Amino acid sequence: MVSRLGFLGVIARLFMWAFLLGLAVVVLYPLLWMVLNGFKTNAELFGNPFALPTGIDFGNYRDAWNRGVSGYLATSVLVTVTSTVATVFISAWAAYGLTRVDIPFNKVLTAVILGGLMLTPTVALVPLVRMFQSIGLYNSFWALLILYTAFRVPFTTFLIRAYMIDLPREVDEAAQIDGAGRWTAFWRIILPMCKPIITSTVLLHVLFAWNEYLFAMVFTNGSDVQTLPVGLTSLMSKHGTDFPVVFAGMVIAAVPVVFLFLFGQRYIVKGLADGVGK
Amino acid sequence: MRTLYRRAAGLAWTAPALVLLAVFVYLPLVQNFGYSTLTWDIYSGSQEFAGLDNYRDLFADPVFWTSFTNNLWYALLSVVFQVFGALLLAALVESIRSTRWQRALRTIYFIPSAISLTVAGLLFYFIYEPNLGLLNHALEAVAPGTFDHAWLGQESTAMTAVIAMSQWQGFGYSTLLFAVAIQRIPAELHEAAALDGAGPVRRFFRVTLPLVREMTGLMVLVTVSGAFQVFNEVMVMTSGGPDNSTHVLGTWLYRSGFVRNDFGHAAAIGTVIFVITLTIAMAQLWFTRRRRVEW
Repeated sequence: MVSRLGFLGVIARLFMWAFLLGLAVVVLYPLLWMVLNGFKTNAELFGNPFALPTGIDFGNYRDAWNRGVSGYLATSVLVTVTSTVATVFISAWAAYGLTRVDIPFNKVLTAVILGGLMLTPTVALVPLVRMFQSIGLYNSFWALLILYTAFRVPFTTFLIRAYMIDLPREVDEAAQIDGAGRWTAFWRIILPMCKPIITSTVLLHVLFAWNEYLFAMVFTNGSDVQTLPVGLTSLMSKHGTDFPVVFAGMVIAAVPVVFLFLFGQRYIVKGLADGVGK
Repeated sequence: MRTLYRRAAGLAWTAPALVLLAVFVYLPLVQNFGYSTLTWDIYSGSQEFAGLDNYRDLFADPVFWTSFTNNLWYALLSVVFQVFGALLLAALVESIRSTRWQRALRTIYFIPSAISLTVAGLLFYFIYEPNLGLLNHALEAVAPGTFDHAWLGQESTAMTAVIAMSQWQGFGYSTLLFAVAIQRIPAELHEAAALDGAGPVRRFFRVTLPLVREMTGLMVLVTVSGAFQVFNEVMVMTSGGPDNSTHVLGTWLYRSGFVRNDFGHAAAIGTVIFVITLTIAMAQLWFTRRRRVEW
């Protein structure tokens, strides 16, 4: 192997590995620092930033938990779970209608639903705030549920639709011969066949909803309805000098999605790869 | 008549999606245009038609142009690092023979993209912090006495520091996408080129690059569009300061509407963002409709 590569080849390989591993350190070290800082005292934090904490003490985590993180976490879980279920079902329904039911104006409807992909949340921000204030849902869990669902339905429908188009027609015909109605065919046959893409869209939506900031910040101001990303910034401004507690909160917010990614990587990569051509 | 009825009944499948989109996405978009022509005093509640006054004010406002320039700077650096940098990186990673190492590196690089921009932004807020931050301490160790910056507190460095964080957070995402695109290139093409005596560099330019060109073009458009929608990282790290130097259109819209209570002005900024992102989206559509590379 070495002889085939030659001397220059070996040097090039060494440089490449040094670069790739160096980059891995640049990514991992700040994250490690974040976790370590969650275990430090304030004095330790302001000392040498490279030093290790003197002990593994979960006091900062307890403090963070008691200063509101438990509530933010509960809201984040609730908003994430409900909006994921709503988005994926509404999108799967729409995708089924667009690909497997003979409906009028199919092309127009497809364009209207997928056209939502082109629109940015920021542009609709001012009217949406007015609207939610006037219907009394401003500063409520409902605002986030509705917005996360409405703004993610186009992307999710796009992914599920692309998958459903490729399912063979014979499946529907066989279901009809067996006397299955549309509803049964959707629940019992098509949806189970779409399991891989459903898994991808669920994971992608969870990543989105867990991390979303713009809507969460603008549409909530009471700590009882704030999600983790917004809660962390208020933790920061309220307890501005007690930094280790903020670090503990950051770790609590980051750990679930990192694990989700590590375990669902295959599906997330698949979903991303299919989705970039939106 | 029966078939027509049956076909119309099929509409029920798309109805929930259509209603949600119509009410919460398309209607506000239209309303935004209306709002942008109003002078809207939130305290007295009075609304007056102002024609294009908001737009005139906007284009005369230096902070608007600072924001716009920051978005452009954001777009430029993101294209360099998250498109072309990521493409090169993906090619390097895919050239490794051990699939286990490939997977490990791709996973490590992606991790920052899984954590939120809020967490990443706060983390870098501390890394840039002059007293306890990693950056100053690391630079101090290399060249004592020369670096003592408040990276986010100085106009000259704040914007680039924010963008640097977002490159750290996002490069793994696009690297992963390019890695998938590169994996789809049949191995025979590389083998044939290698038999013809092409080294790894030439194979990158002759085989890899042409076959991921469409993907690259698409990523440029997606990235530029994303750069005009930036909000989270700026809000968390600087809130637009110092002295409005790190505002982007998104944060300036937020500040105009919800802090300075000028909804008309904010709506006009919304229109500008809409025009820019829609133009890019149209380019994207045109781009994907064109013939794709077949292999």
